[in-house]
Amino acid sequence: MAPRSRVGGDRLRRAAGPGVVILAVSAGLALLEASGQAFWQGLAINLAIFMMLTLALNLTSGFTGVFSLGQIGFMALGAYGSAILTLSLQNKAAYLPDLPGWLAGIHLDQEASGIPTGFLIATIVAALAVAAVAWVVGRVLMRLSGHFVAVATLGFLVIVRVVLFNADTFTRGSRTFTNVAPYTNLWWAWLWLLAVIYVVWRLKRSAYGREMFVQRDDRLAAQAIGIRVMDPRLLAFVIGAFFSSVAGSLYAHFITSFSPSVFYFDLTFRVITMLVIGGMGSVSGSIVGAILIVGLTEALRRVEDATLLYGLSQIVLAVIFIVVITVRREGLLGQREIPLDRLFARRSTTAAAPDQSR
Amino acid sequence: MTDYAIQQVVNALSAGSLYALMAVGLAMVFGILRLINFAHGDLMMIAAYVAVFCLGAGLPLLVSLPIIVGATVVVGLLMERVAYRPIRGSPDVAVLLSSFAVGQILQNGTLLTTRLAGMPQLVAFPSPDLLNGVVTIGAFTVPKVNVASFVAGIVLLGLLSLFVTRSTLGLSMRAAAEDISAARLVGININRVVATAFAIGSALAAVAGLLYSVQAGQVNPYMGFTPVLKAFIAAVIGGFGSIAGAVLGGYVLGILEVLVTSLAGIGDLLPPGSVSPEVRSFLQEWLPSGLASWRDAIVFVVLILVLLVRPQGILGRRSQAHE
Repeated sequence: MAPRSRVGGDRLRRAAGPGVVILAVSAGLALLEASGQAFWQGLAINLAIFMMLTLALNLTSGFTGVFSLGQIGFMALGAYGSAILTLSLQNKAAYLPDLPGWLAGIHLDQEASGIPTGFLIATIVAALAVAAVAWVVGRVLMRLSGHFVAVATLGFLVIVRVVLFNADTFTRGSRTFTNVAPYTNLWWAWLWLLAVIYVVWRLKRSAYGREMFVQRDDRLAAQAIGIRVMDPRLLAFVIGAFFSSVAGSLYAHFITSFSPSVFYFDLTFRVITMLVIGGMGSVSGSIVGAILIVGLTEALRRVEDATLLYGLSQIVLAVIFIVVITVRREGLLGQREIPLDRLFARRSTTAAAPDQSR
Repeated sequence: MTDYAIQQVVNALSAGSLYALMAVGLAMVFGILRLINFAHGDLMMIAAYVAVFCLGAGLPLLVSLPIIVGATVVVGLLMERVAYRPIRGSPDVAVLLSSFAVGQILQNGTLLTTRLAGMPQLVAFPSPDLLNGVVTIGAFTVPKVNVASFVAGIVLLGLLSLFVTRSTLGLSMRAAAEDISAARLVGININRVVATAFAIGSALAAVAGLLYSVQAGQVNPYMGFTPVLKAFIAAVIGGFGSIAGAVLGGYVLGILEVLVTSLAGIGDLLPPGSVSPEVRSFLQEWLPSGLASWRDAIVFVVLILVLLVRPQGILGRRSQAHE
């Protein structure tokens, strides 16, 4: 066999595993959509949003070791950003009458042959703006380390909350922001999720990703081989903020009415739990962690509703969190991955290409 | 106007005392273990609920106080033994995150317990008569509880400073904060020292929780979150890990907060004719009354600035914040 065709064959084989999974999930989603089960559809959208948040936090914190507690702040900005951008002119005049002129004229509520293109543009515009904010914030905060960066980013979360509560020209302040168009459906959520998984996965295997891991594991060694510690951290922070913002937009157009108090510490802690349980640094770990915690939360919520013991679910989650930190700190998967790309690989080719399997 | 200024000074000192009482507990534990115990604020909340039960049952303050402090110390010690001792030596962030988990357990545990006891989520605080009302000193009046906070802060922090400078246990605690392995080498029982730090921190948090609840007039399971953030800021401003720094930072933060709230809208408050119209409109523009609601954001901006410019704080010595 000629070497060239063999390489091509390997590529195909490596792509086959993820491809099959994507097809299977798509088929599952199509079935779910056809079934019309609103509850399960909502749960699937919720799951996709949480997976995105966990993956984004994994990139920001798991890959780099710089623990950010401010992620939900970026999510909040994304939610409000796209909600404001997509509001129709009529609703803008009614709900946010004092918007400045340049913003009051924008209404990304267009649809092209049934697809809300305005929503896509609004999500991306909001996420770019949030990424710009993250770049400025990150330039300042990524210089800190350890728990100092955790607390400084927690400060960012508090600042975002205060801003959202006080900037009532834009956000209606503490009043609920309503009439957000319900654009988010199964396909929007899961296609964005696919994009996030792809980018985070590729980043992990790229030179940038390796820089992130190296400066996390041994900062001095990283500096000695010429890695500027700041650059990979900032890159991870900005991309993480972009995806958190996208998750926020999807959430906003899924839940359709919300207030600043949603985006606070409970949500932050829930995403952290998913990340830590799955394994910091593992892409598949984030997915597994999110599935486990979303499922568990849903089950516990039913127990709470049945027994009226509200607060039980948070206690159980917190106990699980402490047990994991105590007994198995690296989480379920640690830094390893579920090797989907080797699902259909031949034994000999995987052995011949050890550098491809980390 | 002078009355207003004096009242604000008393407010600043009283808020500062509460922050200092809380910050000292954080700083003692951090100094020894490098653990930021975010569940410290929930100890305050526990104290407030115990106080609701004791004072609500009609017990006098002097009988309730030992029960409140005792119960909080027990919870603080339990927390250390169950949640923090097993993971001692783990990376900073892992420990920080489990302190959040401990906080969640305490908050939701309280929520569950009080709900089972048939209480609403927000409970009016049965303030003891001793702390109700105002005192009139000369021409101005201040709430009694503010004076009590200030006095309690000075007395307790004074006692603490005696303890850490004069007693063997206090000296061991400072030695452990200086260098934990060297302290172990000279035969200091680290577990005992850590437990002492938690016990003292919990006791101070209990007093702070009682006074805070009287000021707030109500308690709820999540009331500890904002105070612990503030105490943390205070500890960072003063120099994290240093007890004196935490006290200083507490008062600096109290003064800063009262400055923000009392200067907000000052342009409208000044009596007519006392300042020129230009000054007044300048003040109205730059210190609008709406500024007060931005207080928490301003305080956190200060925190981030301190972390960047002088991460060792006012009294700290070496920088551990930067990498």
